[in-house]
Amino acid sequence: MLPAKIALNWLRYLKGVVFLLALLPLARLLVLGVLDRLGANPVEFVLRSNGTSALTLLLATLAITPLQRWSGAGWLLALRRMLGLFAFFYAVLHVLSYVWLDQWFDWHAIAQDVMEHRYLLVGLLAFLLLIPLALTSTDGMMRRLGNRWRPLHRLVYLAGGLGVVHYLWLVKKDLTLPLAYGVVLGLLLAARLYPARRRSDVMPS
Amino acid sequence: MLIRKPTDIPPSEITPRAVYRARRRFLLAAGAGLAASLLPAAAAGVTVQPQVRRKLSPIVRGPYGTDEKLTPYEYVTTYNNFYEFGTGKSDPARNAGTLRKSPWTVAIEGEVKKPKRIALEDLLKLAPLEERIYRMRCVEGWSMVIPWVGFPLAKLIDWAEPTGNARYVEFVSLADPEQMPGVRVPILDWPYTEGLRLDEARHPLTLLAVGLYGEALLDQNGAPLRLVVPWKYGFKGIKSIVGIRFVERQPVTTWMRASPREYGFYANVNPEVDHPRWSQATERRIGEGGLFNRRIKTLMFNGYAEQVGQLYSGMDLRKYF
Repeated sequence: MLPAKIALNWLRYLKGVVFLLALLPLARLLVLGVLDRLGANPVEFVLRSNGTSALTLLLATLAITPLQRWSGAGWLLALRRMLGLFAFFYAVLHVLSYVWLDQWFDWHAIAQDVMEHRYLLVGLLAFLLLIPLALTSTDGMMRRLGNRWRPLHRLVYLAGGLGVVHYLWLVKKDLTLPLAYGVVLGLLLAARLYPARRRSDVMPS
Repeated sequence: MLIRKPTDIPPSEITPRAVYRARRRFLLAAGAGLAASLLPAAAAGVTVQPQVRRKLSPIVRGPYGTDEKLTPYEYVTTYNNFYEFGTGKSDPARNAGTLRKSPWTVAIEGEVKKPKRIALEDLLKLAPLEERIYRMRCVEGWSMVIPWVGFPLAKLIDWAEPTGNARYVEFVSLADPEQMPGVRVPILDWPYTEGLRLDEARHPLTLLAVGLYGEALLDQNGAPLRLVVPWKYGFKGIKSIVGIRFVERQPVTTWMRASPREYGFYANVNPEVDHPRWSQATERRIGEGGLFNRRIKTLMFNGYAEQVGQLYSGMDLRKYF
């Protein structure tokens, strides 16, 4: 079981480790790119890698709250914002690789692509939903929004759902991976329906 | 002022060695686990199953070609759609190499004078091997330029002697779960089948391929015998053929069964008819430009309109997609 408390310097160390780990997918792309090992279809490879990283980190972000509630480890919350911002970071890279590497800023082709293909429409919607969340993630914005911050940030559930649907609709036949992401997302959302464990259950008396 | 001496710290506040060690182990394990989950199993580079590469000869130069740059051999043999060996692009190269290509026979059935079986060696004697450099356009929006080795399917059709009732040709792939790991998963309705109208099958561009780049086909490319129909999307090019059936009515192909809205019988390359998932107006040529590879315009009938356009005159290509 997770410890209920950890020392502040340990938390700082942990945040550093998580920060570096979250940069690994990008580092991998850079290394493979420099070594010219991105395969037969490098553009598709980069596009997919960033998309997968965004979704993975979004699920990691959504895992924090249930994990914290069950274990009583309050310090976990200190990681949530960073993971969420990394999910947004990879979503930006994902959209950028589509707009730049895949379409070369051909806005006419992009508009047509999005209007005609529903998986792109829901993907775009998921990305747009993440923008206000990233913008209001600072301490200042949290204070300013007060009671409205929580309901606003529940939009992340919708963004996660749309992200999974985007993935589900884009694959040709083999639905294994998108379904796996869907199941994990479903479990993480269902976990929120259970009442939080009381503090006294967790703390050794 | 109360100054606490170190001895004032109650023993209960001090973390026992075993506990903090366990914590450190947990953090390390958690970190390693997260790292592993973020790094997809394989890098883009593909480990290819060792297979015997066999030169084919003699090969004569075929009447059709293109002066476009050939797609590097490395990509032609590692970026494949062959669900019998897995659904990922690099799965076939990784899992293939298990096909038993000798002996290999093809059953000729249906509306023919006499059903018969032909061994691969005998099939190769039906016509001289030609090299044909064709563009290949996948329905997913990428394309290659491949130097195939084979002979016109028409030569085999002549030998098969179809009856007057034959209007379509149906092709059947091998579906042996022992040799093909992908077949153990019901991702498609096995065996894979494809079909052509008889006049399409007899068209001089339609190739029965046994090799590429001057060598016998590797398993991932559809060894030992596959179809190449350059004006149609790649999935029409059925691989590892074991059966050819002449029929009166239009056959239902594997992809039509899987999703009739997305895949039609004709599947002619057509930039004006979009697929629900992929725009067909443009394509990406594999192996060119790395990350800065720009999409190119897709041509009607993949650039073979002059040769095959008359096969479809008067047909609504939006309806018969």
